Amino acid sequence: MYSFEFTRPSDLSVAVDALKGDGAQALGGGQTLIPVLKQRLAAPTTLVDLSGIESLKGIRRMGDMLVIGGGTTHGAVAASGDVAAAIPGLVELTSKIGDPQVRNRGTIGGSLANNDPAACYPSAALALGAIIVTNQREIAADDFFQGLYATSLEEGEVITAVKFPIPAASTYQKFEQPASRFSLTSVFLAKMQDGSVRVGVTGAGADGVFRHEGLEQALSANFSAGAVDGVSVSAEGMSNDLHATPEYRANLVKVMTKRAVEALS
Amino acid sequence: MRPKGVKMATISMTVNGKQLSGEAQGNTLLVEFLREELKMTGTHVGCDTSQCGACVVHVNGESVKSCTVFASACDGGTVATIEGMANDDGSLGVIQQAFQDEHGLQCGFCTPGMVMSIADILKNNPQPTEAEIREGLKGNICRCTGYHNIVKAAQSAAATLSGAAQAAE
Ligand SMILES: Cc1cc2nc3c(=O)[nH]c(=O)nc-3n(C[C@H](O)[C@H](O)[C@H](O)COP(=O)(O)OP(=O)(O)OC[C@H]3O[C@@H](n4cnc5c(N)ncnc54)[C@H](O)[C@@H]3O)c2cc1C
Ligand code: FES
Ligand code: FES
Repeated sequence: MYSFEFTRPSDLSVAVDALKGDGAQALGGGQTLIPVLKQRLAAPTTLVDLSGIESLKGIRRMGDMLVIGGGTTHGAVAASGDVAAAIPGLVELTSKIGDPQVRNRGTIGGSLANNDPAACYPSAALALGAIIVTNQREIAADDFFQGLYATSLEEGEVITAVKFPIPAASTYQKFEQPASRFSLTSVFLAKMQDGSVRVGVTGAGADGVFRHEGLEQALSANFSAGAVDGVSVSAEGMSNDLHATPEYRANLVKVMTKRAVEALS
Repeated sequence: MRPKGVKMATISMTVNGKQLSGEAQGNTLLVEFLREELKMTGTHVGCDTSQCGACVVHVNGESVKSCTVFASACDGGTVATIEGMANDDGSLGVIQQAFQDEHGLQCGFCTPGMVMSIADILKNNPQPTEAEIREGLKGNICRCTGYHNIVKAAQSAAATLSGAAQAAE
């Protein structure tokens, strides 16, 4: 690791000011950033650790929204009765991220900001139509993800919370890459209050997380595993690596969507 | 190696019940602080890439990979390591004894992390199923045992601890 200064403010405004400095970078749970720093793929001059800021942590229900603080750990979401009651798919998702130690440190803000193409949370944010709240503004999930490891966050912008509309039903079906424990191809399926169905796919797209319109239309019209059979999922635009071909991933999109439908039927 | 001219800070933490302090740079990992500054070498570094769990310790009651946490982030906190798992008279603690009884270790390199992870599993779920034990050990890799005897050790420790808890009632 290159050397850097380390600060751990307890106040968000102090952190935001510190992040205005040249070469400053936010540290969430460090479960991605610390390995990146070890490989010298990043060279911040100052790390601003957000983990001491209590106002970034916590889960609360606000009307028809579930609001999760940007510094809330995966483990806290997985263990939350409020989340289980409102959006059970988020409990399924967070309880399968990595391992217990990763879940005790890693945060929702860090996961969304990082937008790893195989990360779990981005699929839920897209499928549920989440709103990403920062210290500056609110960003719709559909506008937030900008391709591999890219988001519409500006330099120094901090994710303070994520607002999830509470759906009628939700589930996360993960097909794990067993060595990394990330998603090889996973599907977050949400049945919204108005009856429409939204499908977020992670791990498969060469440009990162995406919604599959064909599957959404078919399932909104007819919520059954059979409806999935009638949709063609193209291998074009799917990623290709030593773990899976684009065709294999395209097939998995259908398989995991069917499992999701069956889980909710 | 510490590059010259890099700012050091004094940080303090309660480790296994003792208040300890030492010097750390911004990029000093918790495991480096424990091993090199506090000279507590029971916590191991297997991979240094957040995969193997040999470095698992508890920070403020939660199990973490100490190779993937900065020491400065634990300033003022409470840390539990393998050195605190033995009984006060130096004899093996329940989980450690279970590893010996069930042959849960061969080379022993992964064992400190395994013991700390199992302590965490049993704290949250005193009578876990085999599947829950295996799920809870997902972040711990062992190159020797094939895991079966580690799982048996966890089951045996769970039985001993819950037996002791019943006897106390
Ligand atoms: C062994 C292992 C297995 C894993 N398995 C999975 C898995 O199965 N699924 C999965 O989804 N993930 C997995 N992860 C990644 C994990 O979920 C991370 O927690 C997550 O990707 C990053 O969150 P973090 O809080 O640790 O962020 P950090 O690593 O601290 O930061 C990541 C990036 O986000 C920025 N950042 C952090 N917090 C904020 C914020 N509040 N606002 C703005 N920017 C911020 C940082 O500057 C940095 O650029 C795994 C990690 C490991 C080590
Ligand atoms: S040394 Fe920390 S996970 Fe391997
Ligand atoms: S006993 Fe050798 S690595 Fe586990």
